[in-house]
Amino acid sequence: MTNWFKSGTPWIWLNAGAVTLSMIMVIGLIGLIAVRGLGHFWPSDIAEITYLSEDGEERRLIGELSQSETMTAAAMRETGLEVPEDQEVVVRHLIKHGNRDLLPRDFAWYVAEQLRDWRYPENLVRLERREWGDFYGYVREVREGGVPVATGDAALQALVDLAPQSVRLMDEVARIDRYEIGGVNFRMEQIRLERRRVEMDERMSETAKAERYEELDAEMGSLQEEYNQLREQRQLKRDQAGNVSAVFEVMDGRMVEINFANLVRATAPNAMSTSEKIGEYFSRFWRFLSDYPREANTEGGIFPAIFGTVTMVMIMSIFVTPFGVLAAIYLREYAKQGPLTRAIRISVNNLAGVPSIVFGVFGLGFFVYFIGGNIDQVFYPEALPAPTFGTPGLIWVSLTLALLTLPVVIVSTEEGLARIPKTVREGSLALGATKAETLWRTVVPLASPAMMTGLILAVARAAGEVAPLMLVGVVKLAPNLPVDGQFPYVHLERSIMHLGFHIYDVGFQSPNVEAARPLVYATALVLVTIIIILNLTAIAIRNRLREKYKSESD
Amino acid sequence: MEAGTRDRSTMSKQSEAGSPEAGHGDDGLMPGPEARTRLRRWRRTKDWFAKGFVAMAGIGVIISLATIFVYLFSEVTPLFKGADLDEPISYEMPGFDQAETLYFATDRHNAVGVRYTSEGQAIYFQPESGEVLRTEMLDIPLGVAITSFATGEPRTGLAAFGLSDGTALVVQLEYEITYPDNQRQVTPRLRFPLGEEPIRVAEERIAVRNIAVQEGGRGYALITETTNGALTYARYEARRHFMTDEVELTRSMHALPTPPGEISSMLVDITLRNLVIGDQQGSLHYYDIHRPEQARLVDSTSVVEGVEGGVTAMEYLLGTVSIIVGGADGSLTQWFLVRDEDNVRRLTRIREFDRHPGAITHIFPEYARKGFIVGDESGHVGVHYGTSARTLAMEQVSDQPIRRVAVSPRNNSFLFTDAPDRLTFGRMTNPHPEISFGALWNRVWYEGRDRPEYVWQSSSATDEFEPKFSFVPLSVGTLKAAFYAMLFAMPLAIMGAIYTAYFMTPRLRGVVKPTIEIMEALPTVILGFLAGLWMAPFVENNLPAVFSILILMPVFMMAAAFLWTRVLPVTLRERVPPGWEAAILVPVVLVVGYVCVSASPWVEVALFDGDMRQWFTEQGIAYDQRNALVVGFAMGFAVIPTIFSIAEDAVFNVPKHLTQGSLALGATPWQTMVGVVLLTASPGIFSGVMIGFGRAVGETMIVLMATGNSPVVNFNIFEGMRTLSANIAVEMGEAARGGTHYRILFLAALVLFMATFVLNTIAEIVRQRLRRKYSSL
Repeated sequence: MTNWFKSGTPWIWLNAGAVTLSMIMVIGLIGLIAVRGLGHFWPSDIAEITYLSEDGEERRLIGELSQSETMTAAAMRETGLEVPEDQEVVVRHLIKHGNRDLLPRDFAWYVAEQLRDWRYPENLVRLERREWGDFYGYVREVREGGVPVATGDAALQALVDLAPQSVRLMDEVARIDRYEIGGVNFRMEQIRLERRRVEMDERMSETAKAERYEELDAEMGSLQEEYNQLREQRQLKRDQAGNVSAVFEVMDGRMVEINFANLVRATAPNAMSTSEKIGEYFSRFWRFLSDYPREANTEGGIFPAIFGTVTMVMIMSIFVTPFGVLAAIYLREYAKQGPLTRAIRISVNNLAGVPSIVFGVFGLGFFVYFIGGNIDQVFYPEALPAPTFGTPGLIWVSLTLALLTLPVVIVSTEEGLARIPKTVREGSLALGATKAETLWRTVVPLASPAMMTGLILAVARAAGEVAPLMLVGVVKLAPNLPVDGQFPYVHLERSIMHLGFHIYDVGFQSPNVEAARPLVYATALVLVTIIIILNLTAIAIRNRLREKYKSESD
Repeated sequence: MEAGTRDRSTMSKQSEAGSPEAGHGDDGLMPGPEARTRLRRWRRTKDWFAKGFVAMAGIGVIISLATIFVYLFSEVTPLFKGADLDEPISYEMPGFDQAETLYFATDRHNAVGVRYTSEGQAIYFQPESGEVLRTEMLDIPLGVAITSFATGEPRTGLAAFGLSDGTALVVQLEYEITYPDNQRQVTPRLRFPLGEEPIRVAEERIAVRNIAVQEGGRGYALITETTNGALTYARYEARRHFMTDEVELTRSMHALPTPPGEISSMLVDITLRNLVIGDQQGSLHYYDIHRPEQARLVDSTSVVEGVEGGVTAMEYLLGTVSIIVGGADGSLTQWFLVRDEDNVRRLTRIREFDRHPGAITHIFPEYARKGFIVGDESGHVGVHYGTSARTLAMEQVSDQPIRRVAVSPRNNSFLFTDAPDRLTFGRMTNPHPEISFGALWNRVWYEGRDRPEYVWQSSSATDEFEPKFSFVPLSVGTLKAAFYAMLFAMPLAIMGAIYTAYFMTPRLRGVVKPTIEIMEALPTVILGFLAGLWMAPFVENNLPAVFSILILMPVFMMAAAFLWTRVLPVTLRERVPPGWEAAILVPVVLVVGYVCVSASPWVEVALFDGDMRQWFTEQGIAYDQRNALVVGFAMGFAVIPTIFSIAEDAVFNVPKHLTQGSLALGATPWQTMVGVVLLTASPGIFSGVMIGFGRAVGETMIVLMATGNSPVVNFNIFEGMRTLSANIAVEMGEAARGGTHYRILFLAALVLFMATFVLNTIAEIVRQRLRRKYSSL
């Protein structure tokens, strides 16, 4: 034994254990997110359970099993759950009852022992609603214009048949609200600002001003008309969608009528086959990716967050790529190694090491208030005191991130440049090309995959960063997308939504954490997937480059 | 091929640069000599231009970093600047007619000033010029003189006149602001909250010698001392009528016991519970008047000793908790009531301010902060601040004694008088008095606390709140989080790096390294959310599992090693070449983890009465769900890859001839590792640890989400913390731009910047040295 210890084998194994542990942690973490995030969209069966309380009273429960855990009885009593005296270790289930408008709590814990008789009746349905979250109940009757059209067993079929039409109509209503009415409002605001600009213009004569006012008033009038028409159209669709309703029986026996105008999706998972479920799964997942959030972000989709993140990293790339690539070229190709390059290298390392929140503070003070404030003074005086650029927004987020990711691009490009054999440069120079020509025509094209790697890594870093963003322009709910059909199409001054911040906001600032949790996991999954794909791409490109130049550089 | 490209480019360049007369030379394709010179010049210009452009980008990196530093610094410096007093303008005392000036003040816009005189006039004037706007006469009977005067808190505008006929009159000054023609107009007006009729507190012919007044949440207090030595408390209780919403005042009169000395001034606080009386011997007497019938002298303290004249001025600061006492010797001290060991509230000396060269003549508190302005015998005006004990300005503004001073509600102007017929007005800027080095890093005795403490509490709902800006809880929190993270990350990362770089087979290494890179790329917001929403409750419910894993994991790894190398048959062992140990351990780790977690409740029942968390509480250890343990795991997870990559790099790049030499001399791989490799690579590992530490110090989202963000000063692993970075994230949104709080958050950012700058620079220098060492070996 002593010999064995002396040989060092156990220590080598212990070191190996550290690697194993790290690997298992990474894979376990990604697996956890994947399982929880993907599980959210599966239309799991709805159970009807008989609950037997301590004093022998029986109750009917309806809901989805959301989570189970094993705990000691003492700890469970601490949480306020009644546990039979004789037990020491118990299993408890978290049941999602939904029906937030009818029940005091939409999630409740039960001791497993007290739940009997798990049944899955076919006419139990789950409704995803625009308000009040999910609904669970038995469908009893479907009505059109207040008149019953189907009752009993036929009701389920009628519900499934009629629901999509109403949902489609309501989606159109939402579209009109968001894009068309939103667009009209935007143009009205532009006219208001234009009016103010004319008012403030000192060089303009009174008659010219009056003329301009008239024009603006006419434009405003036509917009108002357009607005009224849109509203009418919208109301028509709404009424049409709301013409259908259904009556449901809920857990405690009450009958509830739900109008289809409040419906997003109606499913009866207990009656579905596996293939139907898979279809439903992907349809839900797609809806999550493409829909707008509802109910203070705790429901609906994450489309604006994805859109905001993508716009942000694209604008950031425009800033960071030339700056980072040129700086790397300077370090590798132009500068003489000496105090200056050492200073630059220390700066690069420090930019990489400075906490991201410091960039946020700097961005807020310097970009938003200082630069943005001055832009407003000079270019947008008509909107003051309401700030245009002097408030957190897309451009400032992108600039701050560009600064933050600069070292990533520099380091990666430098590595790529260092791998290009000297012979390539010398050959070009020997043929009489100037240094600049050598660079742009031979070295840079060869190093472009390395630059690509740097950019991808920078994008991945930017997509995952949150702390500085919440100071310089990322918000929990942006009223408009940063890119739309209104001139100038890309609205750099608008605040945006961001996947990472969405996770923080929904997970930690929302009133109903339990209901929001699956959504947080799903959002995290989307973010992690994007980042892992980006990183793996970068790693693959880099490895190929290394292989390619391995022989040549030696 | 390259030549071809160049050729084509030259051709295109030529056509760009070519002008009609350039023409072609004799041999067809070759341009003429002139065109070639021009082309060469053009190419040189481009080359030169490209060089400049590229160099600009290189220098731009330094400029970016420098801009960040300089900008942060420029936002922070105003915090440490003093107050600026502009050159003041003197003019004749508005409405001067021999009457003595009792009091003066201005409104918040410096549009109207008011001066009360001993003749019972309220004279409104223009503060900038002294022009009299209006004069209002108080209704004081003929032949009755004003014998004493006092004000409530400046923000209330309350003032009381004690009269020679045993009565007192209480007035309240209000400013009505209207906007006729979009121009601001401020109209001052006197109100009589306690009735227009003077209040009788003593018999006729007994003059009121001293007076004090205050408005509290429950009503008004008027305390008078008359020439016959009687101390009377007129208490007005306000009751809001539940139907009409009108305030109804009921008055009760109470006689108070008299203090031993001769009274010089009296102060009542806004809770209407405490009365402090200063006497001419330099003592303060504290009375509890909460129940006026049982009012009693609780404590007497000598506050100015060994000086003739004793207390010469005394005033409450905003919120009427702290008393500033000015002595005849020019001393300024702050006092408030502190509960001692016997649970008795006593006046306690809290701090002192820079001494004035002459006896203090008047103290005027600021309206919305804990600062005050002071005038003295030698003609100095001083601006001081309570919490930070700073003297922001002390200037000799006159060679006469200053009689009275005042500051405007927005602290942007001041008034003083040094002669009965002269008033002086000056602008001042004093934006950030709250912060000093001491207030940031030392214990500060805040109002209402029993002892000096380190506290971070930047805002509260009430106006009279004293902001507490101590960086100690935040710095301790930052170090605490970083410490536990490093405790978890360092062994795993360094050991893992050693194994990966030196023992692992290349095939496995090809899997491990990218995985570590993915680990590094994982957004911290995801780690934070998992730590806060999944891990914190999990750890809380499975505490025994956490500890048993920490203990059992290494033990079982060693056991597995023993089993594999000594017990299992050689044939099986030889099927797996060396370098695959990490893969063999995967099932061991999984099984140990699973067993520990599923056994957790049973361990809890067997050893900790079924609830380990409860057990901790019984042992006197505080337990928060989101605590340093969780942060340690999550942030450790975030810094493992940082340390791992750098350490792995350092170990891997140890020159091969060193290790081969060692092995050739008969050392075992492990001996080579410890004796040669580790020794050579240690600076690299150190630099990795530094950078990892820097990352842990600055990490925001994990701490923000996985702790309760309570600013505690301890290293208890089961309690949370608030770090500098998380604090910025939480509070930046609510800080007004350019305000003290905003700048203090910038200071926090600057502190973080500097700390990481030092760590990173050290690490970088160490690394550069190591690189040079490797290349020379």
